[in-house]
Amino acid sequence: MKKTFELEDLDCANCAMKMQEAIEKIPGVVSCSVNFMTQKMTLEADDAEFDKILKQAVKAIAKVEPDCTVIC
Amino acid sequence: MKYKLTKKQKKMLIRIIVSAALLAVFMPLAHLIELPWWVELILFTVPYIIAGYDVLKAAAVNILHGRIFDEKFLMMVATLGAFGTGEYPEASFVMLFYQVGELFQSIAVGRSRKSIAKLMDIRPDYAVVIRDGHEDKVSPDEVAVGETIIIRPGEKIPLDGVITEGSSSVNTAALTGESAPVDLGLSDTVISGTLNLTGVIKVKTTSEFGQSTVSKILELVENASDKKAKVENFITKFAKWYTPAVVIAAVLLAVIPPVVTGIGNWDVWKVWLIRACVFLVVSCPCALVVSVPLSFFGGIGGASKRGILIKGAGYMEVLSKIDTVVFDKTGTLTKGVFAVEDIHASNIEKPELLDIAAACESFSSHPVAQSIVRAHEGHIDKTRISDVEEIAGKGIKAVLDGQTYYVGNGQLMDLCGAKWHDCHLTGTIIHIARDTDEEAEYLGHIVINDEIKEDSASAIKELKSLGVKELIMLTGDKAKVAQSVAEKIGLTGHHAELLPADKVAKVEELLEKSGAKLAFVGDGINDAPVLMRADVGIAMGAMGSDAAIESADVVLMDDKPSKIAEAVRIARKTMRIVWENIIFALAVKVIILVLGAVGIANMWLAVFGDVGVLIIAILNAVRCMRVKKG
Repeated sequence: MKKTFELEDLDCANCAMKMQEAIEKIPGVVSCSVNFMTQKMTLEADDAEFDKILKQAVKAIAKVEPDCTVIC
Repeated sequence: MKYKLTKKQKKMLIRIIVSAALLAVFMPLAHLIELPWWVELILFTVPYIIAGYDVLKAAAVNILHGRIFDEKFLMMVATLGAFGTGEYPEASFVMLFYQVGELFQSIAVGRSRKSIAKLMDIRPDYAVVIRDGHEDKVSPDEVAVGETIIIRPGEKIPLDGVITEGSSSVNTAALTGESAPVDLGLSDTVISGTLNLTGVIKVKTTSEFGQSTVSKILELVENASDKKAKVENFITKFAKWYTPAVVIAAVLLAVIPPVVTGIGNWDVWKVWLIRACVFLVVSCPCALVVSVPLSFFGGIGGASKRGILIKGAGYMEVLSKIDTVVFDKTGTLTKGVFAVEDIHASNIEKPELLDIAAACESFSSHPVAQSIVRAHEGHIDKTRISDVEEIAGKGIKAVLDGQTYYVGNGQLMDLCGAKWHDCHLTGTIIHIARDTDEEAEYLGHIVINDEIKEDSASAIKELKSLGVKELIMLTGDKAKVAQSVAEKIGLTGHHAELLPADKVAKVEELLEKSGAKLAFVGDGINDAPVLMRADVGIAMGAMGSDAAIESADVVLMDDKPSKIAEAVRIARKTMRIVWENIIFALAVKVIILVLGAVGIANMWLAVFGDVGVLIIAILNAVRCMRVKKG
């Protein structure tokens, strides 16, 4: 499954890069792209575990930039 | 354009103003009055905290997570270091300027994002569909293929379709960048995302919303910036080692010289600690990490304003280096529509010859026959014609007003025995002869050609002036026709009588030979393999053609070849700005690092190296979005 989410208050390009790297390391993630310019995250992961992975991704994002929130 | 600050940005702005105001009071105060060091420390800590408390907090959180090469952490170390060495005003100012830079970046990015979002504001909100005689206002994705929708003046056309009632002018500017409206009437095709200007039209839809032109374009534009350019990847890699390298250098700078020269002397330590702090302040690669994607984003946005959709920064990069452009002929350089070019009559008036030819051809659906009928502007009375006989591969024999005529190629003329001659012009030649008792009487011929587009020649000229060396046309058409077109518009080469597979082979040959970057331009119909094989595949006339949008790397919304040169110009400008920023940012940082190491650069210069460079790079990057109306 591939889904796109909006990110609010994603404030630095460097952080977007770090988020992407962190999320790509989560097991089950097929691909992930965090786009600083469009403030969007595209996450592709196993259907069965998508919700679980999404939760982990949200955590990873908060770890890099605490202010940044994912709009689901 | 007005830009509204977000809540977060407003808060930041207030903090910056308060902090700056306090510093404006404390700085002269500290200069004029000799204050005890602890009073000064307290005075400068206040604006420092006001400006940077969130940085400190984030840095602390980062330490807990074990991330020490974070810019916020570095900023904290640098400023605390400055406090530690007694440079209180510097510490406060560094933090203040850092925050100014961050705010500026946030606003600049927000602004360009917004203006591009506005640019792409082509998504229709609703469709008015007619069901059981009633008008229903529904979401465009609820309309099925084949339903009838009604569009009033001033409304966006929500779905692709064909006009079944009414006529109107349509503004396609949102898609093509061309502001001249297009007049559409019965059974003309309308494209979703365009704007209905003057009349009420009823349209039978031909696609679902998800498959419509507007959806395809939006999808393309939204995904465009995901495909990264080589420069972007380079910057990403560079940022990864730049920061740690500078930090390690800073640590070494703070420790080794004092250990060697005066391990017990605090003043020596202090000098080197300050120099190390200078290093830390310029250790952030922000100017590069932000400005490079911002430039590409702006360039792609600016291009789409002109009806040029570039599917990713990577293609922007290649497009800027193009030195060979290969064109498809039909539909790309020529209109793909046959038209009468000339009439050569012998022993008969030209209008009469055309009248005979048009009447005889009026029963045929062949494109060449149709072009003759179109050239004949008057009404053709079909009752005058009888006994129409199609002679396969040769032409038509028909009786008109009691006389038998032959209309067709040279072979037909041989068949009827007319004394015909070939034409000095190239193209499709239709000969006309009248049957007489003895041999047929030759009346003349009509020259028919695929018309060359108005701006083909100027587009070629422009590409040449941009330094494109090879301009080659590939066509399945006859060699003579190809040569004539190539000469007329000034191409450097052409290959004729090619099958679609031959085109791929030719492009591969050219790719090998040139070693340079090659663009292929086609209309997206049956040249998808070539579009994919080329370094950059450019499809034109994409309004309504899904195949073109999918297989190409660059999509031109209308079918003007001159847009190719414009695309190259935009790509070059974007790349120039990207490199300007990279070189400028790196040069300034390296110079400050060197000067800092030998003690010439102070904190103030370091702040410029960080925030100043960031702001200049962003301002430069924003220029990418500005595209001249051609």
